[in-house]
Formats: sequence, C-alpha cells, structure tokens
Amino acid sequence: MAKIKKIVKTIKVDADKCNGCRGCEIVCSAFHSTPRYSGINPARSRIQIIRHPLKDIWLPVFAGEYTPAECMGRETYIIDGKEYDECTFCRATCPSRDIFKEPDSGLPLKCDMCEDDPPREKPMCVEWCLNEVLTYEEREEEVEESQEAQDVEIGLKAMMDKYGPDKIADALARMAQKGQQ
Amino acid sequence: MRYGEVGYNLEIDLATGNIERVETDPKILETHLGGLGTSVKLHWDRVPANVGPFDDENMLIFSSGVLNATPAFSANRTVVTFMSPESGLLAYPMMGGFWSAELKYAGYDKVILNNKSPKWVYIWINNDKVELRDASHLVGKGALETQDAIRRELNQPNAQVAAIGPAGEHRCFTASIEQGRSSASRLGGGAVMGDKKVKAVAVRGSKDINLFDGEAFMKEMKEMMAYINFRNTNPIPDVMTILSGIGSPQEMVHTDESWHTENFMWGNARTRRRGFWDEKVAVEWPRGQLEGIKRLISCMNCPQHCGALISYRDTPRYMAKCFGKLTYAMAAYVDNMDFAWRALQRATEYGFDSFSTPQILAFAVELYEAGILTDKDFAAGPNYPACPSDNEGRFLWLMDRVAHREGIGDVLADGVYQAARRIGNGAEAFDHNTIKKHEQLPLKLGTLDPLYYLMYATNEKISITQIEGNWPQGAFPTMEQREKFVEDWPQLPDPSWKQWLLEWEPRGEKGIPFFPTADICSVIVDWMEMLHNIDDACCVCAGMSSFCLKPPYHIHNYPKIIRAATGLDVDEAGLKKIVNRSRNLHRALNNRRGMSRKDEKPPADHWKRRWPELEENLLSTYYKFKGWNDDGIPTRERLHELDLDYVADDLEQRGILKNG
Repeated sequence: MAKIKKIVKTIKVDADKCNGCRGCEIVCSAFHSTPRYSGINPARSRIQIIRHPLKDIWLPVFAGEYTPAECMGRETYIIDGKEYDECTFCRATCPSRDIFKEPDSGLPLKCDMCEDDPPREKPMCVEWCLNEVLTYEEREEEVEESQEAQDVEIGLKAMMDKYGPDKIADALARMAQKGQQ
Repeated sequence: MRYGEVGYNLEIDLATGNIERVETDPKILETHLGGLGTSVKLHWDRVPANVGPFDDENMLIFSSGVLNATPAFSANRTVVTFMSPESGLLAYPMMGGFWSAELKYAGYDKVILNNKSPKWVYIWINNDKVELRDASHLVGKGALETQDAIRRELNQPNAQVAAIGPAGEHRCFTASIEQGRSSASRLGGGAVMGDKKVKAVAVRGSKDINLFDGEAFMKEMKEMMAYINFRNTNPIPDVMTILSGIGSPQEMVHTDESWHTENFMWGNARTRRRGFWDEKVAVEWPRGQLEGIKRLISCMNCPQHCGALISYRDTPRYMAKCFGKLTYAMAAYVDNMDFAWRALQRATEYGFDSFSTPQILAFAVELYEAGILTDKDFAAGPNYPACPSDNEGRFLWLMDRVAHREGIGDVLADGVYQAARRIGNGAEAFDHNTIKKHEQLPLKLGTLDPLYYLMYATNEKISITQIEGNWPQGAFPTMEQREKFVEDWPQLPDPSWKQWLLEWEPRGEKGIPFFPTADICSVIVDWMEMLHNIDDACCVCAGMSSFCLKPPYHIHNYPKIIRAATGLDVDEAGLKKIVNRSRNLHRALNNRRGMSRKDEKPPADHWKRRWPELEENLLSTYYKFKGWNDDGIPTRERLHELDLDYVADDLEQRGILKNG
C-alpha cells in the first residue's frame, strides 16, 4: 500500500492544571450545534471532564472511536495514590458507559478536532481553556494509505449494531419510497 | 422557542408530593429578566406579608439566571430566596458551583418548594423524571457527606447536589446550603430547607440551552476572554493584593494575610491586632495554608481559582473558598492555621455560614467572660461532655452545641441578635455587629465613610461583600496614582465620574466623611447596587463583575450579552429599568414586612468617629435619589415609572405608603 503524509493532531492534557471548570465541555457543544453556537449541552460534548473532586481527580478525556462491544476485561489505575474508576482513560464510545453519546439518539460522538473550513488554528476546547491544561500540537507522519470511515458510515454502523441490519434496510427503503411520492 | 432561559419552572408541593413542570410567561423576561428578579416577583405575588420563616407558606426557591449554562464566563450562581429566620426579610444568598447550570440542562429555570414534607426527603431531578426520595438514612450526616452519599446511591457521579448538614436540620438561623466548594450561606436558607424536611436537591440534566444569536454571543465572550487574560497578568497597582485581581477574593491563592489579620477584628468583632503578622506568623501561616491546599479549583465555566480542595493531615477532605479560612481562628483568638482548617471542615459538614457563626460562638465566649453566661451553661449534658477550657476546645464545643441545638446552643442557634435578647441580663450590649438582626463582617473603623454608610444601611442583601465593588474602597494618596487608575476605566457608566476619583483625598475637605458628597455618593452607590442586581438576575458571579475593580462584565457590555443570549432587545437604559423594577419590588416586599428607615443603621461602633447629622442627610439624599420617601418606602411616582402601580396600591392599602 502506498505511503502518504498525514498530519497527526494531538491535544496534550496537563491534568494537574485543570481547575475543573468544564468550559471545554460548554464550548465543544456550542461549536458542534447547528447552527453553530446556537445550542449548549455538555452532554453532547466530545470532551468530558471525569470528576471526583474529593479524590482530586479532574481529568479531561476526548471522545475516540465507537465500539459496539465492551472490552473483555476492565482496568483500574492507581497513579500518585489516586485510584481512577474503571475505563477512566478510555476514549471509546461503548455500551459500558453513557458518555460520548448523543443524549437523544444514543449515537456515538467523536472528537473531530473542530474541523472547519477554513481550518481553525486550534480546537475550541484548547482555545477556551485559560489554564493551559490543553495544548494543541500537529506533526507530520508517513503512514500507509487507508480508507477512513466517514461520518455517515460510523453513524450507520452504530444504528445497525443497535437495531440490526434488517430494520435499517427497511427504514431506508421506506424513506426512499416517501421521497418518491 | 425560549433563549437563554429555559421557560419552565419545577413546582413541588412538599406536603402532598405533587410535582409540576410549569411553563413561565415569556413576558417576565422583559419585565424582571430572571434569577433574583423573577424570584422576587414570585415571592411578592404568592407569599403573604405575615408569613413567618417557618410557616408552611414560606416558599423556598432555587433559581438559575438567564446566563447560566451558556458560554458566559463565570455565570454559575444559584440564587436561593426565602423569608429569613434571622432578619424576617426576603433573603437571597447565592452559591457558585455547578448546580444552576445542571438545573437548566435538566430543563428548568427554578425549583420552587412549597409547604413542608411530613418526613425527611431529598429531591432527585433527572431531566423529566423528578422524585421525592426518602432521606431518613441521611439525617445527621454532614452536608458534604450527604452530597457524596446521594451521588453514590443514585450511581450518578455527575449529579450536582445542594445539601444541608445538621445545622440546617436543627433550623439554626445561620445554617447554610452547601454544594461542593460553594454554599448559599447568609441568613439561614439551610434552616428553612431543614424546616421543610428537605435534606438535599440533586440534579442531572442533558438537554439543550438555546442562544438567540450564538455568533454574536461568542464574539462578546471572545473579547471578554482577552480581557480576563489581560487582567490575570496585569493586576491593578496601588491597591491591596486581594483587590488587585478579578474573581471572588483569591483567598486560596494568596497567603499573605497581613491585611485581614491586622485590619479585621478578632473575637466577636472586638479586637484589632496590629502587628499580628510578624516574622514568625508570616512564615507559619502561609506554610499552614499551603499544607492544606491540595488543588485550586473553580466553579462552572470560570477560569479563576477562588476555591480549593482541602486535604489537611487527618482531617477529612473538603472544599473551601474565600475568607472562611480565617474566620473561625480569628473569632476564637487561635493563632494557627491548624485550627482554622480543622474548624472550617467541621463547620462545612455541619452546614454553617462561616461569617455569622464564628461571631455567635465568640459572642458566647464574651458573655461567659463577662459572667452573663456561667459554668452551668457550659456544663455537660445528657449526650455531651462539659466544655473544655482551652480556646480551641471551647470553640469547637460551642459549635457542636449550636449545630445540634443542645443546651446553650439552642439559644445561640438563633443568631447574635435573637440570642442576646433571649439571654438578657446585659447580653444585648454584646450584640454590637448586626444590621437588621444579621451578623456583619468583623470590621470596626475610624472615620465614617459615606459610601459605605449608604451601602450598609440600605441594601436588601445586608452583607457588604455583595453590595460594594466597582468603586475603590479608599482614596489613592497621590494624584499620579489616581490618574493612572482612571486612564483605563471603560467600565464606568459616565467618564465624567472620573473627576470624583481624581478629587478624592485620603483626608481633609475632599476626604471622608464629607467627600464624596451625598449627591455623588448616591450616584456611585446606586451604580454599584445596580450592577449587583444585573449579576443576580443573570446569576453571574459578582467576583467577575460587581464585586471587583474594573471587571470583565459591566453596564456597557451586559446589554449586548443579554440580547445575544435571550433575544431581548434591551439597551443600557432598558436594562437599568428592569433591574430597578426588581430592586424596588424587593424593597416594597421588605417594607411590607415592616422594614423602614428605622432599621437602616450600621452598628453604632462600626466607625469611631460619627457625624449623625451628615448621616441623616446622606440617607435622605439617597432615598430621594432612589425615589423613596423619607421613610425609605418607594413613592407612588417611582413605582408608577417602573410599572409597579399594583405595588403602590398594596402599600397604600396597608398604610405603609402614606406621603408618597
């Protein structure tokens, strides 16, 4: 397979600096609302602050890939004497927990680094974090060319996992018929 | 569609368990905005003037404001309103934190609690699902313990919980409502909540809040962000550290407490300890403070660090903010931070106002030293030991008694004013730091300050920290400093006011008490109060607005922000009129409950040097400026201007408004 150059976008998280304000959740949901900035709802945010104040845990986590199945096992971490709940560091949208899912439909959310046209200098959450918890970095890497799943495909895959392929096919057929009338 | 606000309130009848989601009139936004403004209107409309704090009809409202849950920086206050057991007037303590945003995401602007529950409950609001749940297993638990216990039993780590501790359960008049690092503390909201047998209100929401013009809104916020960054790196020179920044006082960040410990009074607002902050203390206290602070934290969508997670030695962890770190140690005359952190932890779990409560305890110690309270009052009871003789032990013993209303604690739990009258035998003379029956900051100063005189005397908040703010606390000594201060001051409503600051001298003819003049004082005090009222309707933290010098929010950007959020077509004059309406309605409500000029008095010893004639003139001038009669009652003319004719009718019918 051919090698292509790819920009790797990274958000570095310095969790010790987090004051727990959740501004990142607010602006993420605002940016991704339609029309843009028309609605606010941290439950739709693609960044979530995992919070256990008395345990001194404020950990920003970004939504990663959707997965239809839970892991075979779980892990907990203890770092600097702080015990993190199961799956705390995991970025997946998965059946074992309710974060990174659209509250109405349950469809998975995934951080898109606030892709925009023209491109933004940095994602919203990074721009609006005034405590330098989040730092945006880009680097170029050579990778093998591969087809990345598009948004529609990811959404459909999640719907199929939830309702089964037959129901989805039926629904598509019905919608197509209505469109012809 | 409603913008900024949700447009629904949650109404709960605790006696019957009836729960309703009630749509609010969209017009109310135009007339009273939201937050405190719309809550005052509800109290006026629904609570008869003769309702006492512990009557069924004393409605308890938890309210968000029009900017909570939006990207507006530091819009995170929850305003709690009720008739206060201490003052008998409509109180409105506020807490920061995360609760009000969560309430709006759950789909409600306010939670309105009517009547009383027959048994202990907590309220669980999860979007459209609202339950009254049994709380009998939580009774006796600390306020912070309760919050965590509820999150665990609901398996909802992100639920926001406002809870009372034992002080609220026992209806102590200084009981607070605690929520994470925040609390609605002043004037006994915790007692009213306890009287209704509501241990906590937990909320979780995942609905949308709509912005009318999101692009315009974000543009305003982006400008504000730049200014916040500027202010955080450019503190105001020539003022004390605590006033140089933005945010609520950064008490967890700053460790140099020479100003508070040497200028505020120790004990029951009694002793000023000049020279306290000596070389030894200047090393030990900061070390003790830093030892206790695990992490600096904020409230919803606020970049500042006003709060902290406290993890001090073997003391259970808790969260703290502001001046509470010093109030217990200073009231008890205990010279170390070790006691300060331990006492504050206990007080936080009990759910106590950390301004009023230490003064009550110090008041009891004074009465004991004066022989008015005796060993009998400090003796062992059926469930508790006798009072230890050391300062620290005695103070904590008293706190325990007050929290549980045991022995002498039952009397003290009614606050200094009431307790002094119940104890009698000369105790009244030791009630020297209350206004309208409410304990004030422990400050005793030299020369009468006309601005502060008006603020202390007239504001419905009865708590100076949420009245003062935008105008410097004192004159700058040099003209150079004054010129430097005014050159960059766009927050001022009118640039011509800069002249007053330039002319203002620390002493002499152009110094206090004669300058600023009564007319100028009226303008300045009215402006500062108006800003607080806008904040309280929007539920923006005063620390980023009305309580600090040169703040991010001010009268010039507020209308644009409110318009972009809500769609309300409002300019500066329009916004002023709305909050003036609410402010006058609040005053009329308190007038209806008996408050008038006779009550508008700072403590007699607040200033050593007083000018009785000047003070009367100040008050009369300010009343006139506000459109109030000589008794401090809004005139018919004023009420008519504000479309409050129905209020004028009511006050006239009751004989309260006579010469209006």
